[in-house]
Amino acid sequence: MFTAIFGSFEAGIIYAIMALGVYLSFRILDFPDLTVDGSFVTGAALSAVLIAGGVNPFLATVLALFAGFAAGCMTGLLHTFGKINNLLSGILMMIALYSINLRIMGRSNIPLLNTETSFTKIGTFSDSLGIDTFFNSLLTMIGLGDSLPDTWGILIFMIIVTFVIKWLTDLFLQTEIGLAVRATGNNKQMIRSLSANTNLLTILGLGLSNALVAFSGALIAQQGGFADVGMGIGMIVIGLASVIIGEALFGTKSIARATLAVIGGAIIYRIVVTLALRVEFLDPGDMKVITALIVIIALTAPKIVDHSKEKKRKARRRQEKLSMLQASADGKGESYAAIESDSQDF
Amino acid sequence: MERVKAMLQLNQIHKIFNEGTPDEKIAIDHVNLTLKPGDFVTVIGSNGAGKSTLMNIISGVLVPDVGDIHIDGKNVTGMSEYKRSKMIGRVFQDPMAGTAPSMTIEENLAMAYSRNKTRTFKKGVTKKRRDYFREVLESLHLGLENRLSAKVGLLSGGERQALSLLMATFTEPAILLLDEHTAALDPSRAELITNLTREIVGKYQLTTLMVTHNMQQAIDLGNRLIMMDKGQIILEVDAENKKDLTIEGLLEEFKRIRGVQMASDRAVLS
Repeated sequence: MFTAIFGSFEAGIIYAIMALGVYLSFRILDFPDLTVDGSFVTGAALSAVLIAGGVNPFLATVLALFAGFAAGCMTGLLHTFGKINNLLSGILMMIALYSINLRIMGRSNIPLLNTETSFTKIGTFSDSLGIDTFFNSLLTMIGLGDSLPDTWGILIFMIIVTFVIKWLTDLFLQTEIGLAVRATGNNKQMIRSLSANTNLLTILGLGLSNALVAFSGALIAQQGGFADVGMGIGMIVIGLASVIIGEALFGTKSIARATLAVIGGAIIYRIVVTLALRVEFLDPGDMKVITALIVIIALTAPKIVDHSKEKKRKARRRQEKLSMLQASADGKGESYAAIESDSQDF
Repeated sequence: MERVKAMLQLNQIHKIFNEGTPDEKIAIDHVNLTLKPGDFVTVIGSNGAGKSTLMNIISGVLVPDVGDIHIDGKNVTGMSEYKRSKMIGRVFQDPMAGTAPSMTIEENLAMAYSRNKTRTFKKGVTKKRRDYFREVLESLHLGLENRLSAKVGLLSGGERQALSLLMATFTEPAILLLDEHTAALDPSRAELITNLTREIVGKYQLTTLMVTHNMQQAIDLGNRLIMMDKGQIILEVDAENKKDLTIEGLLEEFKRIRGVQMASDRAVLS
């Protein structure tokens, strides 16, 4: 059980980078960008091919980031200069990327099992520091010693990477260009009247969004030990689920808070899916329907809760008014009458 | 001939909508207009007279079929809207249109502050800028200077329009375009914005073109007045004669020129 949750936490923190990308397009730009399903695989495919070809895995992961950026920019170009509807430009790019990803990989699946990836490198590094032994002895001390994960170093590394990306995203969204990107999603007419090129800003925003998605894809490929042309199916929904769950649970007061919420949402989503799949009658194939259900619940539950809260509040207020009337009719009745007669004297 | 440098110059602007269809409409009919630096021109006219089209042509939302536009001596006829916006401050009728609701007051001001500069990867709201924003916000007398990090969506319509006005003006653009910017507000808020407009335009000596449905406002504000009808400027009142204008006088003048009553109840009543 602990190992399962540990594993989903580790996956969640990597998928959080993808969710941050979806947050950029979906929330900041107000652009439901389906490119994600394709660009996630592009990142995985490119890094897998490069790593299998002997390129330094860290370099390969960074190159995946640029490939995602290019894919996002293409969607942006289709939408702004091609004047194609936003959903459709994403879908077109997604479908085109499927073939491009196959071309990149040369076949539909590349295994990375006996290859050195970023993760094996960090694993070796953390072994030399003794991080795993340290944490596991801690766990044994508090009585959780029966099934121990051996990837603490990787987890810590991923937490650092994700939070650095979160921090950079926050910083970017506070810059002059970042403010203009946010305004492009918020009030296009206004930011255009303030001399901002909304076309370029949309393209930039989508590029950055898909860069993060592809980066996440590259890391997932290395963590899972393979890249597969179908691994991106439904990725946009997973991203949305993370964003919506995070926002519902942790709030969106400021940008820093919202990005933190997205990371939290991604981790919680992974844990929920892992737990759901441990239920007897559910298959791994049911994952997509579970995802859809989670999104539906996350979208509808807050509204239902708000509605019932509002109802209770109104009922309470009516009760208070009634009891006030009651009170004035009983004891305070005299003083009311006195005030009234006073005012009549005037 | 003495030539005074013009801040805004429209030459023979012509614009037809739906050309070649039964719905064809001449929106702007060979209009010429020149604004000298510091001119504050109010524009009145009934619905469909072409006032808003004229604004959209100046701001670059629409491109004229014929004619050219010069701002501060530069020909901007083919220049895209966002590039032209470096020189033009705009306030729209809808108080929601001029600000970004889910961003804070200081972030909105920072975006307006970068209007005539190149946007960079530097921080949008610095401490120095925040002090400056606080200072310009004080001029609105609305207490917004104490709510810099409040989201603009939380402000009232009047407050948002006052902020829009400030954002359009505090970088001192070459031209200020006000498109019925008080029409969507209740009377007391409209008066507040009218007074702020007078104050701010006077303070920065902005060359201003203001469209309004409110004849009294058109008479009270500015140093020149033009009346439009069917895409043409049918009456121009200069600074000398504007002082003595009355609503009745304007309506009579319209009747004399066009031979009919002015066809907008809204314009007459307000």
